[in-house]
Amino acid sequence: MTEGFHKHRRSGRVIAEFTGSEADLLRSLASQLVELLHSEVAAPVEHDDPMARLFDFTGPTTAPEDPVLQRLFPTAYVEDEEAAGEFRRFTEGALRDGKARGARAIIEALEESGLPADDVDDAVHVDVELDEGEAMAWLKSFTDIRLALATRLGVEEGDEERWAALPDDDPAAQAHDIYDWVGYLQETLVEALSA
Amino acid sequence: MSTASPEVGSETVPDEITFLSRPWVTVVWNDPVNLMSYVSFVFQKYFGYSKAEAEKLMLQVHEEGRSVVSTGTREEMERDVQAMHEYGLWATMEKQ
Repeated sequence: MTEGFHKHRRSGRVIAEFTGSEADLLRSLASQLVELLHSEVAAPVEHDDPMARLFDFTGPTTAPEDPVLQRLFPTAYVEDEEAAGEFRRFTEGALRDGKARGARAIIEALEESGLPADDVDDAVHVDVELDEGEAMAWLKSFTDIRLALATRLGVEEGDEERWAALPDDDPAAQAHDIYDWVGYLQETLVEALSA
Repeated sequence: MSTASPEVGSETVPDEITFLSRPWVTVVWNDPVNLMSYVSFVFQKYFGYSKAEAEKLMLQVHEEGRSVVSTGTREEMERDVQAMHEYGLWATMEKQ
């Protein structure tokens, strides 16, 4: 089992060692995030004219419907709908692209570090080595993954007992274990980046 | 080039044109997901707060539900709010 991230003394790089199944799980979470980010198209205006479509640089002005996307792209102005719409128009597209890029960077780094496309078993070991910029991208993406899992599960402040009481074979208990595990990875990554 | 006008437009909002005014704030809200260490790390990394300052703000978010993390012009606060959303923090902006 992985011990999370450490800062390599000599190179200053952030390193971690994953088993094949751990790396496969991370890849699967990151892929789901990419898919989710593209699931609701971030553009409110429909154009019949292809030229108009090409020249439409505007983003959406209303909040996404999916609760996970609502959490990833919060409303910036609580009491001013018009200003909130303008803010969203100018930021949500870039935020979506940035988050998708971060998740894809995780997938690419895992595969470049030896994670096979399929038939993954635990004979495979995946050693990742990240520079500071890459580690920051992983850190942000872990947050997005945790926010997505927590929103789907309905995680609340101080509800640990509720999850501990679920039977082991409950899918929600398993998803919550994964949420906790990504939290553990993130904690070690914060420490490594602060060292 | 411009011409001087003897009139002030009725739509002019004094707060937004006051010289050197910094009337907007970025607020970060508590959420049950983000790790305390992560929130404190983000405040240090993005705003350049010291570890002690960042932890104080993080604890305020955690205990009081929200904290003002930066103050500035509307444009500056829009930049900060967008950056907080990049980091996955729940941030909004409002007039001070």
